Amino acid sequence: MLLISCPNCGSRDETEFHYGGQAHVPYPENPNDLNDREWAEYLFYRANTKGTFAERWVHSTGCRQWFNMLRDTVTYDIQAVYPMGTPRPASAAPAPESGTASLAPDSTTTGTAGPSVSATSSASTTAPKGATK
Amino acid sequence: MSTHQLPEHPDFLWHNPEPKSSYDAVIVGGGGHGLATAYFLAKNHGMTNIAVLEKGWLAGGNMARNTTIIRSNYLWDESAAIYEHALKLWEILPEELEYDFLFSQRGVMNLAHTLGDVRESIRRVGANKLNGVDAEWLEPDQVKELCPILNISDNIRYPVMGATYQPRAGIAKHDHVAWAFARKCDELGVDIIQNCEVTGFLKDGNRVVGVKTNRGTINTEKVGLCAAGHSSVLAEMAGFRLPIQSHPLQALVSELHEPVHPTVVMSNHVHVYVSQAHKGELVMGAGVDSYNGYGQRGSFHVIEHQMAAAVELFPIFARAHVLRTWGGIVDTTLDASPIVGLSPVENMFVNCGWGTGGFKGTPAAGLTFAHTIATGTPHKLNKPFALERFETGALIDEHGAAAVAH
Ligand SMILES: Cc1cc2nc3c(=O)[nH]c(=O)nc-3n(C[C@H](O)[C@H](O)[C@H](O)COP(=O)(O)OP(=O)(O)OC[C@H]3O[C@@H](n4cnc5c(N)ncnc54)[C@H](O)[C@@H]3O)c2cc1C
Ligand SMILES: [Zn+2]
Repeated sequence: MLLISCPNCGSRDETEFHYGGQAHVPYPENPNDLNDREWAEYLFYRANTKGTFAERWVHSTGCRQWFNMLRDTVTYDIQAVYPMGTPRPASAAPAPESGTASLAPDSTTTGTAGPSVSATSSASTTAPKGATK
Repeated sequence: MSTHQLPEHPDFLWHNPEPKSSYDAVIVGGGGHGLATAYFLAKNHGMTNIAVLEKGWLAGGNMARNTTIIRSNYLWDESAAIYEHALKLWEILPEELEYDFLFSQRGVMNLAHTLGDVRESIRRVGANKLNGVDAEWLEPDQVKELCPILNISDNIRYPVMGATYQPRAGIAKHDHVAWAFARKCDELGVDIIQNCEVTGFLKDGNRVVGVKTNRGTINTEKVGLCAAGHSSVLAEMAGFRLPIQSHPLQALVSELHEPVHPTVVMSNHVHVYVSQAHKGELVMGAGVDSYNGYGQRGSFHVIEHQMAAAVELFPIFARAHVLRTWGGIVDTTLDASPIVGLSPVENMFVNCGWGTGGFKGTPAAGLTFAHTIATGTPHKLNKPFALERFETGALIDEHGAAAVAH
Protein backbone atom coordinates (compact mmCIF):
# COMPACT_ATOMS: atom_id res chain seq x y z
CA MET A 1 0.00 0.00 0.00
CA LEU A 2 1.43 3.36 -1.00
CA LEU A 3 1.20 6.27 1.41
CA ILE A 4 0.46 9.28 -0.77
CA SER A 5 0.75 12.93 0.27
CA CYS A 6 -2.26 14.69 -1.18
CA PRO A 7 -1.28 18.38 -1.62
CA ASN A 8 -4.60 19.34 -0.03
CA CYS A 9 -5.27 16.68 2.60
CA GLY A 10 -1.90 15.32 3.64
CA SER A 11 -0.78 11.68 3.84
CA ARG A 12 -3.48 9.15 3.03
CA ASP A 13 -3.67 5.49 2.07
CA GLU A 14 -3.43 4.58 -1.59
CA THR A 15 -6.98 3.18 -1.45
CA GLU A 16 -8.33 6.76 -1.29
CA PHE A 17 -6.80 7.57 -4.68
CA HIS A 18 -7.18 6.59 -8.29
CA TYR A 19 -4.38 6.36 -10.76
CA GLY A 20 -4.35 8.52 -13.87
CA GLY A 21 -1.32 7.24 -15.78
CA GLN A 22 1.41 9.32 -17.40
CA ALA A 23 1.37 13.06 -16.68
CA HIS A 24 2.12 15.88 -19.12
CA VAL A 25 0.38 14.43 -22.17
CA PRO A 26 -1.13 17.45 -23.89
CA TYR A 27 -4.35 17.23 -25.83
CA PRO A 28 -3.51 17.70 -29.53
CA GLU A 29 -3.57 21.36 -30.40
CA ASN A 30 -5.21 20.79 -33.78
CA PRO A 31 -6.99 17.45 -33.59
CA ASN A 32 -8.25 17.77 -37.15
CA ASP A 33 -4.69 17.82 -38.46
CA LEU A 34 -3.63 14.51 -36.94
CA ASN A 35 -3.05 11.49 -39.15
CA ASP A 36 -3.77 7.93 -38.01
CA ARG A 37 -0.24 7.44 -36.75
CA GLU A 38 -0.43 10.60 -34.62
CA TRP A 39 -3.85 9.62 -33.26
CA ALA A 40 -2.48 6.21 -32.35
CA GLU A 41 0.37 7.91 -30.49
CA TYR A 42 -2.00 10.16 -28.61
CA LEU A 43 -4.58 7.53 -27.75
CA PHE A 44 -2.58 4.38 -27.15
CA TYR A 45 1.09 5.13 -26.63
CA ARG A 46 2.31 6.20 -23.21
CA ALA A 47 5.74 6.17 -21.66
CA ASN A 48 6.32 2.99 -19.68
CA THR A 49 9.32 4.17 -17.76
CA LYS A 50 11.39 1.91 -15.56
CA GLY A 51 12.62 4.43 -12.99
CA THR A 52 11.36 7.91 -12.14
CA PHE A 53 7.96 8.42 -13.75
CA ALA A 54 5.74 11.52 -13.82
CA GLU A 55 2.17 10.39 -13.28
CA ARG A 56 -1.26 11.68 -12.30
CA TRP A 57 -3.35 10.71 -9.31
CA VAL A 58 -6.73 11.90 -8.09
CA HIS A 59 -7.77 11.93 -4.44
CA SER A 60 -11.16 10.43 -5.27
CA THR A 61 -12.48 9.83 -1.75
CA GLY A 62 -10.96 13.02 -0.32
CA CYS A 63 -10.71 16.45 -1.91
CA ARG A 64 -11.33 14.92 -5.39
CA GLN A 65 -8.51 16.99 -6.86
CA TRP A 66 -5.95 15.82 -9.41
CA PHE A 67 -2.24 16.28 -8.88
CA ASN A 68 1.04 15.03 -10.32
CA MET A 69 3.61 12.85 -8.70
CA LEU A 70 7.13 11.68 -9.44
CA ARG A 71 7.44 8.06 -8.39
CA ASP A 72 10.11 5.43 -8.95
CA THR A 73 8.41 2.52 -10.72
CA VAL A 74 10.92 0.01 -9.35
CA THR A 75 11.20 0.98 -5.68
CA TYR A 76 7.78 2.70 -5.66
CA ASP A 77 9.35 5.60 -3.69
CA ILE A 78 7.43 8.83 -4.12
CA GLN A 79 9.92 11.56 -4.99
CA ALA A 80 7.75 14.64 -5.48
CA VAL A 81 4.12 15.75 -5.47
CA TYR A 82 3.27 18.85 -7.54
CA PRO A 83 0.20 20.59 -8.93
CA MET A 84 -1.41 19.91 -12.27
CA GLY A 85 -0.35 22.45 -14.86
CA THR A 86 3.12 22.98 -13.45
CA PRO A 87 6.21 21.52 -15.11
CA ARG A 88 7.88 18.39 -13.91
CA PRO A 89 10.36 19.23 -11.15
CA ALA A 90 13.91 19.12 -12.42
CA SER A 91 15.39 16.94 -9.72
CA ALA A 92 13.89 13.87 -8.23
CA ALA A 93 14.19 15.22 -4.70
CA PRO A 94 12.60 13.38 -1.79
CA ALA A 95 8.85 13.86 -1.39
CA PRO A 96 7.89 17.11 0.32
CA GLU A 97 6.23 16.94 3.70
CA SER A 98 2.51 16.69 3.39
CA GLY A 99 0.87 20.06 2.97
CA THR A 100 3.96 21.84 1.73
CA ALA A 101 3.16 21.25 -1.90
CA SER A 102 1.59 24.18 -3.60
CA LEU A 103 -2.15 24.52 -3.28
CA ALA A 104 -2.42 26.15 -6.66
CA PRO A 105 -5.80 25.57 -8.21
CA ASP A 106 -6.13 22.25 -9.88
CA SER A 107 -6.02 22.32 -13.61
CA THR A 108 -7.05 19.23 -15.41
CA THR A 109 -8.08 20.88 -18.63
CA THR A 110 -5.42 23.46 -19.34
CA GLY A 111 -1.69 23.74 -19.38
CA THR A 112 0.60 20.88 -20.19
CA ALA A 113 -1.22 18.36 -18.05
CA GLY A 114 -3.82 17.02 -20.41
CA PRO A 115 -7.08 15.53 -19.28
CA SER A 116 -7.58 11.83 -19.21
CA VAL A 117 -8.16 10.33 -22.61
CA SER A 118 -10.77 8.01 -21.20
CA ALA A 119 -13.16 9.35 -23.79
CA THR A 120 -11.77 6.66 -26.06
CA SER A 121 -14.63 4.30 -25.29
CA SER A 122 -13.35 0.89 -24.30
CA ALA A 123 -9.80 2.09 -24.03
CA SER A 124 -8.64 3.68 -20.83
CA THR A 125 -5.23 5.07 -20.07
CA THR A 126 -5.03 3.34 -16.75
CA ALA A 127 -4.95 -0.27 -15.81
CA PRO A 128 -7.46 -2.46 -17.52
CA LYS A 129 -10.36 -3.31 -15.29
CA GLY A 130 -11.34 -6.78 -14.52
CA ALA A 131 -9.62 -9.71 -13.05
CA THR A 132 -6.94 -11.40 -14.98
CA LYS A 133 -6.17 -14.68 -16.63
CA MET B 1 -8.98 -33.89 -9.95
CA SER B 2 -5.71 -35.47 -10.88
CA THR B 3 -4.01 -36.92 -7.86
CA HIS B 4 -1.00 -38.59 -9.38
CA GLN B 5 2.44 -37.87 -8.03
CA LEU B 6 4.80 -35.24 -9.33
CA PRO B 7 7.53 -36.75 -11.52
CA GLU B 8 11.00 -37.25 -10.08
CA HIS B 9 13.13 -34.16 -10.41
CA PRO B 10 15.96 -34.84 -12.88
CA ASP B 11 19.53 -33.75 -12.17
CA PHE B 12 19.74 -31.36 -15.09
CA LEU B 13 17.71 -30.63 -18.18
CA TRP B 14 19.88 -28.28 -20.19
CA HIS B 15 23.51 -27.21 -20.44
CA ASN B 16 24.68 -23.74 -19.57
CA PRO B 17 26.92 -22.84 -22.53
CA GLU B 18 28.98 -19.68 -22.87
CA PRO B 19 27.44 -17.33 -25.44
CA LYS B 20 28.89 -17.68 -28.93
CA SER B 21 29.94 -14.58 -30.88
CA SER B 22 27.16 -15.04 -33.39
CA TYR B 23 23.83 -16.80 -33.94
CA ASP B 24 21.26 -16.98 -36.73
CA ALA B 25 18.65 -15.71 -34.30
CA VAL B 26 18.58 -14.49 -30.72
CA ILE B 27 15.50 -14.69 -28.51
CA VAL B 28 15.46 -12.20 -25.64
CA GLY B 29 13.71 -13.60 -22.57
CA GLY B 30 13.82 -17.10 -21.11
CA GLY B 31 10.21 -17.32 -20.02
CA GLY B 32 7.63 -19.64 -21.52
CA HIS B 33 7.22 -17.62 -24.70
CA GLY B 34 10.95 -17.33 -25.42
CA LEU B 35 11.51 -21.03 -24.83
CA ALA B 36 8.49 -22.10 -26.89
CA THR B 37 9.60 -19.81 -29.71
CA ALA B 38 13.09 -21.30 -29.69
CA TYR B 39 11.67 -24.81 -29.62
CA PHE B 40 9.46 -24.24 -32.67
CA LEU B 41 12.25 -22.37 -34.52
CA ALA B 42 14.42 -25.45 -34.11
CA LYS B 43 11.73 -28.07 -34.65
CA ASN B 44 9.60 -26.53 -37.41
CA HIS B 45 12.10 -24.31 -39.19
CA GLY B 46 15.38 -26.13 -38.69
CA MET B 47 16.96 -23.08 -37.05
CA THR B 48 19.20 -24.60 -34.39
CA ASN B 49 22.05 -22.08 -34.34
CA ILE B 50 20.04 -19.85 -32.05
CA ALA B 51 20.17 -18.68 -28.44
CA VAL B 52 17.72 -17.73 -25.72
CA LEU B 53 19.17 -14.95 -23.56
CA GLU B 54 17.74 -14.61 -20.06
CA LYS B 55 18.87 -11.88 -17.71
CA GLY B 56 17.99 -13.86 -14.60
CA TRP B 57 17.20 -17.52 -14.27
CA LEU B 58 15.07 -19.55 -16.61
CA ALA B 59 11.34 -18.98 -16.02
CA GLY B 60 12.07 -16.61 -13.13
CA GLY B 61 9.72 -14.01 -14.60
CA ASN B 62 5.99 -14.39 -15.07
CA MET B 63 6.34 -17.94 -16.33
CA ALA B 64 6.70 -19.42 -12.86
CA ARG B 65 4.65 -16.71 -11.12
CA ASN B 66 1.33 -17.22 -12.87
CA THR B 67 -1.74 -19.08 -11.64
CA THR B 68 -1.50 -21.48 -14.61
CA ILE B 69 -5.05 -21.16 -15.93
CA ILE B 70 -5.41 -22.45 -19.47
CA ARG B 71 -8.59 -21.86 -21.47
CA SER B 72 -9.64 -20.67 -24.91
CA ASN B 73 -13.14 -19.27 -24.37
CA TYR B 74 -12.40 -15.78 -25.66
CA LEU B 75 -15.07 -13.71 -27.37
CA TRP B 76 -13.63 -12.59 -30.69
CA ASP B 77 -12.76 -14.81 -33.66
CA GLU B 78 -9.10 -13.72 -33.71
CA SER B 79 -8.61 -14.57 -30.03
CA ALA B 80 -10.61 -17.80 -30.14
CA ALA B 81 -8.46 -18.92 -33.08
CA ILE B 82 -5.08 -18.39 -31.42
CA TYR B 83 -6.06 -19.48 -27.90
CA GLU B 84 -7.90 -22.57 -29.16
CA HIS B 85 -4.86 -23.47 -31.25
CA ALA B 86 -2.83 -23.14 -28.06
CA LEU B 87 -5.24 -25.38 -26.17
CA LYS B 88 -4.98 -28.07 -28.87
CA LEU B 89 -1.20 -27.86 -28.56
CA TRP B 90 -1.41 -28.15 -24.76
CA GLU B 91 -3.32 -31.39 -25.35
CA ILE B 92 -0.46 -32.97 -27.30
CA LEU B 93 2.62 -31.27 -25.83
CA PRO B 94 3.25 -33.55 -22.84
CA GLU B 95 3.74 -36.41 -25.28
CA GLU B 96 5.64 -34.37 -27.86
CA LEU B 97 7.99 -32.91 -25.23
CA GLU B 98 8.15 -36.24 -23.42
CA TYR B 99 7.47 -34.53 -20.15
CA ASP B 100 4.37 -34.88 -18.01
CA PHE B 101 3.81 -31.34 -16.78
CA LEU B 102 0.46 -32.30 -15.26
CA PHE B 103 -1.86 -30.59 -17.69
CA SER B 104 -5.17 -31.22 -15.95
CA GLN B 105 -8.32 -30.52 -17.97
CA ARG B 106 -10.54 -30.01 -14.96
CA GLY B 107 -12.59 -27.26 -16.60
CA VAL B 108 -12.83 -23.53 -15.98
CA MET B 109 -15.94 -21.75 -14.79
CA ASN B 110 -16.48 -18.02 -15.28
CA LEU B 111 -19.15 -16.85 -12.86
CA ALA B 112 -21.88 -14.35 -13.69
CA HIS B 113 -23.11 -12.10 -10.88
CA THR B 114 -25.24 -9.49 -12.62
CA LEU B 115 -27.80 -9.47 -15.39
CA GLY B 116 -25.18 -7.81 -17.57
CA ASP B 117 -22.75 -10.65 -16.79
CA VAL B 118 -25.42 -13.21 -17.65
CA ARG B 119 -26.13 -11.67 -21.02
CA GLU B 120 -22.47 -11.28 -21.90
CA SER B 121 -21.73 -14.83 -20.78
CA ILE B 122 -24.48 -16.38 -22.85
CA ARG B 123 -23.37 -14.32 -25.81
CA ARG B 124 -19.82 -15.57 -25.34
CA VAL B 125 -20.94 -19.19 -25.07
CA GLY B 126 -22.67 -18.73 -28.42
CA ALA B 127 -19.61 -17.11 -29.98
CA ASN B 128 -17.38 -19.88 -28.61
CA LYS B 129 -19.57 -22.62 -30.07
CA LEU B 130 -19.50 -20.96 -33.48
CA ASN B 131 -15.71 -20.99 -33.25
CA GLY B 132 -15.53 -24.65 -32.30
CA VAL B 133 -14.58 -23.89 -28.68
CA ASP B 134 -16.30 -26.11 -26.12
CA ALA B 135 -18.53 -23.93 -23.95
CA GLU B 136 -21.66 -24.32 -21.88
CA TRP B 137 -23.93 -22.07 -19.88
CA LEU B 138 -24.62 -23.36 -16.36
CA GLU B 139 -27.53 -22.40 -14.13
CA PRO B 140 -26.70 -21.88 -10.43
CA ASP B 141 -27.71 -25.42 -9.40
CA GLN B 142 -25.45 -26.86 -12.12
CA VAL B 143 -22.67 -24.62 -10.84
CA LYS B 144 -23.17 -26.09 -7.39
CA GLU B 145 -23.18 -29.62 -8.74
CA LEU B 146 -19.82 -29.11 -10.44
CA CYS B 147 -18.25 -27.23 -7.57
CA PRO B 148 -20.03 -28.06 -4.30
CA ILE B 149 -17.95 -25.70 -2.15
CA LEU B 150 -19.27 -22.62 -4.00
CA ASN B 151 -21.85 -20.55 -2.16
CA ILE B 152 -24.75 -20.07 -4.56
CA SER B 153 -27.21 -18.68 -2.00
CA ASP B 154 -28.60 -15.25 -2.62
CA ASN B 155 -27.69 -13.83 0.77
CA ILE B 156 -24.31 -12.63 -0.46
CA ARG B 157 -23.48 -9.26 -1.97
CA TYR B 158 -23.16 -10.58 -5.53
CA PRO B 159 -25.03 -13.89 -5.77
CA VAL B 160 -23.98 -16.40 -8.42
CA MET B 161 -26.46 -16.13 -11.28
CA GLY B 162 -24.84 -18.79 -13.41
CA ALA B 163 -21.55 -19.43 -15.16
CA THR B 164 -19.91 -20.27 -18.43
CA TYR B 165 -18.00 -23.53 -18.37
CA GLN B 166 -15.24 -24.82 -20.62
CA PRO B 167 -14.64 -28.49 -19.82
CA ARG B 168 -11.37 -28.77 -21.80
CA ALA B 169 -9.79 -25.87 -19.92
CA GLY B 170 -7.63 -26.41 -16.83
CA ILE B 171 -4.24 -25.90 -15.25
CA ALA B 172 -0.67 -27.18 -15.68
CA LYS B 173 2.55 -27.00 -13.72
CA HIS B 174 4.14 -23.87 -15.14
CA ASP B 175 7.74 -24.46 -14.07
CA HIS B 176 7.64 -27.98 -15.51
CA VAL B 177 6.32 -26.55 -18.79
CA ALA B 178 9.34 -24.26 -18.97
CA TRP B 179 11.71 -27.11 -18.18
CA ALA B 180 10.02 -29.34 -20.75
CA PHE B 181 10.59 -26.77 -23.49
CA ALA B 182 14.11 -26.01 -22.23
CA ARG B 183 15.16 -29.66 -22.30
CA LYS B 184 13.90 -30.12 -25.86
CA CYS B 185 15.53 -26.88 -26.98
CA ASP B 186 18.81 -28.06 -25.51
CA GLU B 187 18.50 -31.44 -27.24
CA LEU B 188 17.88 -29.69 -30.55
CA GLY B 189 21.04 -27.60 -30.13
CA VAL B 190 19.61 -24.31 -28.90
CA ASP B 191 21.87 -22.41 -26.47
CA ILE B 192 20.00 -21.41 -23.32
CA ILE B 193 22.03 -18.69 -21.64
CA GLN B 194 21.01 -17.54 -18.20
CA ASN B 195 22.37 -14.50 -16.36
CA CYS B 196 22.75 -12.77 -19.70
CA GLU B 197 21.07 -9.39 -19.82
CA VAL B 198 20.51 -7.61 -23.10
CA THR B 199 21.63 -3.99 -22.62
CA GLY B 200 21.43 -2.64 -26.15
CA PHE B 201 21.25 -3.45 -29.85
CA LEU B 202 23.63 -3.06 -32.75
CA LYS B 203 22.03 -1.65 -35.84
CA ASP B 204 23.09 -1.11 -39.43
CA GLY B 205 20.77 1.68 -40.49
CA ASN B 206 17.35 0.45 -39.44
CA ARG B 207 18.37 -3.21 -39.41
CA VAL B 208 19.34 -5.00 -36.23
CA VAL B 209 22.64 -6.87 -36.54
CA GLY B 210 23.49 -7.75 -32.98
CA VAL B 211 22.76 -7.49 -29.27
CA LYS B 212 24.88 -6.06 -26.51
CA THR B 213 24.83 -8.01 -23.29
CA ASN B 214 26.56 -8.02 -19.91
CA ARG B 215 28.47 -11.02 -21.27
CA GLY B 216 29.65 -9.40 -24.47
CA THR B 217 28.36 -8.54 -27.89
CA ILE B 218 26.58 -11.15 -29.97
CA ASN B 219 26.07 -10.79 -33.70
CA THR B 220 22.82 -12.06 -35.06
CA GLU B 221 20.62 -11.82 -38.12
CA LYS B 222 17.35 -11.80 -36.27
CA VAL B 223 16.08 -10.82 -32.85
CA GLY B 224 12.82 -11.94 -31.25
CA LEU B 225 11.70 -10.05 -28.16
CA CYS B 226 9.88 -12.19 -25.57
CA ALA B 227 10.49 -9.99 -22.54
CA ALA B 228 6.92 -9.68 -21.15
CA GLY B 229 6.94 -6.88 -18.53
CA HIS B 230 10.22 -5.46 -19.85
CA SER B 231 9.18 -5.25 -23.49
CA SER B 232 8.94 -1.45 -23.46
CA VAL B 233 12.43 -1.17 -21.99
CA LEU B 234 13.89 -3.32 -24.77
CA ALA B 235 11.91 -1.54 -27.50
CA GLU B 236 13.27 1.75 -26.24
CA MET B 237 16.82 0.39 -26.50
CA ALA B 238 16.04 -0.56 -30.09
CA GLY B 239 14.58 2.85 -30.86
CA PHE B 240 10.83 2.29 -31.05
CA ARG B 241 7.81 2.48 -28.75
CA LEU B 242 5.16 -0.03 -27.76
CA PRO B 243 1.61 0.74 -26.58
CA ILE B 244 2.19 -1.17 -23.37
CA GLN B 245 1.96 -0.35 -19.68
CA SER B 246 3.67 -2.60 -17.15
CA HIS B 247 1.78 -3.34 -13.95
CA PRO B 248 2.34 -5.53 -10.92
CA LEU B 249 0.05 -8.56 -10.81
CA GLN B 250 -0.09 -10.56 -7.60
CA ALA B 251 -1.08 -14.08 -6.66
CA LEU B 252 -0.98 -16.19 -3.52
CA VAL B 253 -1.28 -19.71 -2.15
CA SER B 254 -2.66 -21.22 1.02
CA GLU B 255 -1.15 -24.10 2.95
CA LEU B 256 -1.83 -27.61 1.64
CA HIS B 257 -5.35 -28.95 1.94
CA GLU B 258 -7.20 -32.14 1.09
CA PRO B 259 -8.67 -31.94 -2.42
CA VAL B 260 -11.77 -29.77 -1.99
CA HIS B 261 -11.88 -27.78 -5.22
CA PRO B 262 -12.50 -29.89 -8.33
CA THR B 263 -12.32 -27.27 -11.07
CA VAL B 264 -11.15 -23.68 -11.66
CA VAL B 265 -13.48 -20.85 -10.72
CA MET B 266 -13.05 -17.29 -11.95
CA SER B 267 -15.14 -14.30 -11.08
CA ASN B 268 -14.52 -11.15 -12.99
CA HIS B 269 -17.11 -9.22 -11.08
CA VAL B 270 -15.96 -9.83 -7.51
CA HIS B 271 -12.37 -10.17 -8.65
CA VAL B 272 -10.90 -13.49 -7.74
CA TYR B 273 -9.94 -16.75 -9.40
CA VAL B 274 -9.20 -19.95 -7.59
CA SER B 275 -7.93 -23.42 -8.30
CA GLN B 276 -6.32 -26.07 -6.16
CA ALA B 277 -2.83 -27.13 -7.12
CA HIS B 278 -1.94 -30.80 -7.45
CA LYS B 279 -0.12 -30.73 -4.14
CA GLY B 280 -3.11 -29.15 -2.40
CA GLU B 281 -2.50 -25.41 -2.13
CA LEU B 282 -5.39 -23.12 -2.98
CA VAL B 283 -4.03 -20.86 -5.70
CA MET B 284 -5.63 -17.45 -6.08
CA GLY B 285 -5.19 -14.30 -8.06
CA ALA B 286 -7.07 -11.14 -8.84
CA GLY B 287 -6.58 -7.94 -10.81
CA VAL B 288 -3.49 -5.83 -11.44
CA ASP B 289 -2.35 -3.04 -9.18
CA SER B 290 -3.51 0.21 -10.76
CA TYR B 291 -0.12 1.90 -10.96
CA ASN B 292 2.73 1.23 -13.38
CA GLY B 293 5.35 -0.89 -11.70
CA TYR B 294 8.47 -2.95 -12.33
CA GLY B 295 8.95 -3.96 -8.70
CA GLN B 296 7.57 -7.54 -8.86
CA ARG B 297 5.38 -6.64 -5.90
CA GLY B 298 2.09 -4.86 -5.41
CA SER B 299 -0.05 -3.38 -2.67
CA PHE B 300 -1.59 -5.46 0.07
CA HIS B 301 -5.10 -4.05 -0.26
CA VAL B 302 -5.41 -5.82 -3.60
CA ILE B 303 -4.86 -9.12 -1.81
CA GLU B 304 -7.25 -8.18 0.96
CA HIS B 305 -9.91 -7.45 -1.64
CA GLN B 306 -9.41 -10.75 -3.41
CA MET B 307 -9.53 -12.65 -0.09
CA ALA B 308 -12.82 -11.01 0.78
CA ALA B 309 -14.26 -12.14 -2.54
CA ALA B 310 -12.86 -15.64 -2.14
CA VAL B 311 -14.26 -16.13 1.34
CA GLU B 312 -17.69 -14.93 0.30
CA LEU B 313 -17.80 -17.32 -2.64
CA PHE B 314 -16.13 -20.21 -0.80
CA PRO B 315 -17.10 -20.01 2.87
CA ILE B 316 -14.82 -22.94 3.80
CA PHE B 317 -11.77 -20.88 2.81
CA ALA B 318 -12.33 -18.74 5.91
CA ARG B 319 -10.28 -21.30 7.85
CA ALA B 320 -7.37 -21.38 5.38
CA HIS B 321 -4.24 -19.26 5.70
CA VAL B 322 -2.29 -17.24 3.22
CA LEU B 323 1.08 -18.92 3.03
CA ARG B 324 2.87 -16.94 0.36
CA THR B 325 2.13 -13.99 -1.92
CA TRP B 326 4.18 -12.73 -4.84
CA GLY B 327 3.98 -10.52 -7.87
CA GLY B 328 5.03 -10.45 -11.50
CA ILE B 329 5.21 -7.61 -14.00
CA VAL B 330 2.60 -7.87 -16.69
CA ASP B 331 2.67 -6.08 -20.04
CA THR B 332 -0.86 -4.80 -20.57
CA THR B 333 -2.32 -3.33 -23.75
CA LEU B 334 -5.41 -1.18 -24.04
CA ASP B 335 -7.45 -3.85 -25.81
CA ALA B 336 -6.25 -6.66 -23.53
CA SER B 337 -4.84 -8.55 -26.51
CA PRO B 338 -1.22 -9.40 -27.30
CA ILE B 339 1.09 -7.78 -29.85
CA VAL B 340 2.86 -10.30 -32.05
CA GLY B 341 4.65 -9.65 -35.31
CA LEU B 342 7.04 -7.33 -37.08
CA SER B 343 8.48 -4.22 -35.44
CA PRO B 344 9.56 -0.87 -36.88
CA VAL B 345 13.15 -2.18 -36.81
CA GLU B 346 14.09 -4.55 -39.62
CA ASN B 347 14.75 -8.15 -38.55
CA MET B 348 13.49 -7.45 -35.05
CA PHE B 349 10.22 -9.08 -34.05
CA VAL B 350 8.00 -8.52 -31.04
CA ASN B 351 5.92 -10.89 -28.97
CA CYS B 352 4.47 -9.06 -26.00
CA GLY B 353 1.33 -7.56 -24.52
CA TRP B 354 0.08 -10.93 -23.30
CA GLY B 355 -0.37 -9.14 -20.01
CA THR B 356 -2.27 -10.98 -17.34
CA GLY B 357 -3.18 -14.00 -19.46
CA GLY B 358 -0.33 -15.23 -21.61
CA PHE B 359 0.55 -18.52 -19.95
CA LYS B 360 -2.32 -20.26 -21.73
CA GLY B 361 -1.11 -18.82 -25.03
CA THR B 362 2.49 -20.04 -24.65
CA PRO B 363 2.47 -22.87 -27.23
CA ALA B 364 0.63 -20.88 -29.92
CA ALA B 365 2.69 -17.77 -29.25
CA GLY B 366 5.84 -19.85 -29.72
CA LEU B 367 4.59 -21.64 -32.82
CA THR B 368 3.37 -18.54 -34.64
CA PHE B 369 6.19 -16.26 -33.49
CA ALA B 370 8.76 -18.81 -34.69
CA HIS B 371 7.04 -18.74 -38.08
CA THR B 372 7.22 -14.95 -38.13
CA ILE B 373 10.90 -14.87 -37.18
CA ALA B 374 11.88 -17.61 -39.64
CA THR B 375 9.94 -16.27 -42.62
CA GLY B 376 9.83 -12.56 -41.82
CA THR B 377 6.05 -12.61 -42.31
CA PRO B 378 3.04 -12.94 -40.01
CA HIS B 379 1.46 -16.32 -39.34
CA LYS B 380 -2.26 -16.37 -40.10
CA LEU B 381 -3.03 -16.76 -36.39
CA ASN B 382 -0.87 -13.85 -35.20
CA LYS B 383 -1.56 -11.50 -38.13
CA PRO B 384 -4.54 -9.76 -36.47
CA PHE B 385 -2.35 -9.05 -33.43
CA ALA B 386 0.15 -6.90 -35.31
CA LEU B 387 1.28 -3.56 -33.92
CA GLU B 388 -0.50 -1.71 -36.74
CA ARG B 389 -3.91 -2.39 -35.24
CA PHE B 390 -3.49 0.61 -32.95
CA GLU B 391 -3.26 2.75 -36.08
CA THR B 392 -5.92 1.07 -38.20
CA GLY B 393 -8.29 0.87 -35.26
CA ALA B 394 -8.84 -2.88 -35.72
CA LEU B 395 -8.55 -3.49 -31.99
CA ILE B 396 -9.42 -6.87 -30.50
CA ASP B 397 -11.17 -5.83 -27.33
CA GLU B 398 -11.13 -8.74 -24.93
CA HIS B 399 -11.89 -6.72 -21.81
CA GLY B 400 -14.08 -7.82 -18.96
CA ALA B 401 -17.26 -6.80 -20.74
CA ALA B 402 -17.18 -10.24 -22.27
CA ALA B 403 -17.18 -11.68 -18.76
CA VAL B 404 -13.87 -13.11 -19.85
CA ALA B 405 -11.78 -12.32 -16.86
CA HIS B 406 -8.90 -11.80 -19.18
C1 LIG C 1 0.54 -13.39 -10.76
C2 LIG C 1 0.32 -13.77 -12.19
C3 LIG C 1 -0.70 -14.65 -12.51
C4 LIG C 1 -0.92 -15.02 -13.84
N1 LIG C 1 -1.87 -15.97 -14.09
C5 LIG C 1 -2.04 -16.42 -15.37
C6 LIG C 1 -2.96 -17.49 -15.63
O1 LIG C 1 -3.60 -18.05 -14.72
N2 LIG C 1 -3.15 -17.87 -16.92
C7 LIG C 1 -2.47 -17.28 -17.95
O2 LIG C 1 -2.70 -17.66 -19.10
N3 LIG C 1 -1.55 -16.29 -17.72
C8 LIG C 1 -1.33 -15.85 -16.46
N4 LIG C 1 -0.41 -14.85 -16.21
C9 LIG C 1 0.30 -14.23 -17.34
C10 LIG C 1 1.49 -15.04 -17.84
O3 LIG C 1 2.29 -15.44 -16.75
C11 LIG C 1 2.31 -14.20 -18.82
O4 LIG C 1 1.49 -13.64 -19.82
C12 LIG C 1 3.40 -15.03 -19.53
O5 LIG C 1 4.12 -15.79 -18.59
C13 LIG C 1 4.33 -14.10 -20.29
O6 LIG C 1 5.25 -14.80 -21.11
P1 LIG C 1 6.65 -15.37 -20.57
O7 LIG C 1 6.40 -16.63 -19.85
O8 LIG C 1 7.55 -15.47 -21.71
O9 LIG C 1 7.10 -14.20 -19.57
P2 LIG C 1 8.28 -14.16 -18.51
O10 LIG C 1 8.43 -15.46 -17.80
O11 LIG C 1 8.11 -12.94 -17.68
O12 LIG C 1 9.54 -14.03 -19.47
C14 LIG C 1 10.17 -12.81 -19.84
C15 LIG C 1 11.62 -12.95 -19.50
O13 LIG C 1 12.37 -11.90 -20.11
C16 LIG C 1 13.47 -11.66 -19.28
N5 LIG C 1 14.06 -10.38 -19.63
C17 LIG C 1 13.52 -9.14 -19.45
N6 LIG C 1 14.40 -8.18 -19.86
C18 LIG C 1 15.50 -8.84 -20.32
C19 LIG C 1 16.74 -8.39 -20.86
N7 LIG C 1 17.04 -7.09 -21.02
N8 LIG C 1 17.66 -9.34 -21.23
C20 LIG C 1 17.39 -10.66 -21.07
N9 LIG C 1 16.22 -11.12 -20.55
C21 LIG C 1 15.29 -10.22 -20.18
C22 LIG C 1 12.88 -11.69 -17.88
O14 LIG C 1 13.85 -11.88 -16.89
C23 LIG C 1 11.90 -12.86 -18.00
O15 LIG C 1 12.44 -14.07 -17.54
C24 LIG C 1 -0.14 -14.46 -14.89
C25 LIG C 1 0.87 -13.56 -14.57
C26 LIG C 1 1.13 -13.22 -13.24
C27 LIG C 1 2.24 -12.28 -12.92
ZN1 LIG D 1 -6.98 15.37 -1.07
